Amino acid sequence: MSIMSRKSQQVLVDPLVSNNPIAAQILGICSALAVTVKMQTSIVMALAVIFVLTLSNTIISMLRNWIPGKVRIIVQLTIIASLVIIADQILRAYLYDISKQLSVFVGLIITNCILMGRAEAFAMQNPPGPSFLDGLGNGLGYGLILVIVSVFRELFGSGSLMGFQIIPDSFYAAGYQNMGLLVLSPGAFIIMGLIIWVQRSVTKVEEA
Amino acid sequence: MRSNAYTLTFTTLVTVILGLLVSVAATSLKDRQQLNVEIDMKRNILQSLHIPEDHSIKLSEEEILKSFKSMIKEVHINASGEEDPNGELTIYEKIMDGRIEGYAFPISGKGLWSTIYGYLAMKPDGKTVLGITFYKHGETPGLGGEIEKEWFTSNFIGKQIVDENDQLTSIQIIKGKVDPTRKDAIHQVDGISGATMTGRGVTAFLAQDLKTYDPFFRKIRKGQQP
Repeated sequence: MSIMSRKSQQVLVDPLVSNNPIAAQILGICSALAVTVKMQTSIVMALAVIFVLTLSNTIISMLRNWIPGKVRIIVQLTIIASLVIIADQILRAYLYDISKQLSVFVGLIITNCILMGRAEAFAMQNPPGPSFLDGLGNGLGYGLILVIVSVFRELFGSGSLMGFQIIPDSFYAAGYQNMGLLVLSPGAFIIMGLIIWVQRSVTKVEEA
Repeated sequence: MRSNAYTLTFTTLVTVILGLLVSVAATSLKDRQQLNVEIDMKRNILQSLHIPEDHSIKLSEEEILKSFKSMIKEVHINASGEEDPNGELTIYEKIMDGRIEGYAFPISGKGLWSTIYGYLAMKPDGKTVLGITFYKHGETPGLGGEIEKEWFTSNFIGKQIVDENDQLTSIQIIKGKVDPTRKDAIHQVDGISGATMTGRGVTAFLAQDLKTYDPFFRKIRKGQQP
């Protein structure tokens, strides 16, 4: 199978919109609420998840014929946990300020349902090539929602993007105020609800 | 169904290989991580002491290490405020042209969700705040997390920790804005809306830490008024 056959493309692109892990499967919500106050942290978190998910999917897929069925979940979790620790160590060494802001949430990637979900649902049944693409696609799909949510939250909650002030001082002088709700988790819930609404009306998916 | 022996061998093998990978990553990155922690600590000590004077300038790592080496003297003191190499309390003195320009010391305590760490710097008179920084906390970003922002920390500058009778008053973070006509306004700073509990926590540990360091600053205040 060539890397960009029709099926591979589907594996990569599906999780971006029509089968997005957050918007369609409602997985990984916890971290999506926690790290989306600022755009910068969202992007780094997204990259960390993409790194872990792509590698864990590939490794688990390569081992899929050797992993004993009885202990498969534990083996998957060990692989995921090791990759998360490595990602966290790299962030601490090279992106210290951001890793401080992300605090426990990088470590909590281990418990992110998307990773276990993709390992069980895809990597255990498919060869490494497609599993790699599936991991990449789902990671990107997760990251996409994170970035969209964080753009709304940072712009309207703090008046900035990527840490740079966007709303001019003259607005504040004229009485404009940042929307405090967006900085809090309920704000993220509302935005995510709106995204899911838009996503479902575009893809015409209905809950059974 | 695979045999138990296979399962055991397989899991042992996976664990050993992954354990090896993780420990290699951890040890090879350790130096770099420790340097980050050290630089972060020094950056905050310098910031509380107004180095650089303009807060919008972000010093590079080399500049931080250099400024710290040339301008900061680390002094250990004991509980009664005397200089003591074995003392458990640390004071960072800012020295410029041979004169002491400020004293910084570590502060920490519970906020709402987390333990907050920072540095408080006093002017050479021993009673006026020179600056404050918070560098490690797990407070809600945008609410309690705002304590690390300059708009909040700059309110502390110039506040007094003692009343006219030289009794320790510490600094209170109040709910809402400080009324400047009040007599105790000099001991108060504006609170962060939506972060009353974080403010209460900071107020409490500031009082605690200032009490710990009071013998030292008392001596300095005495030295000022012969």
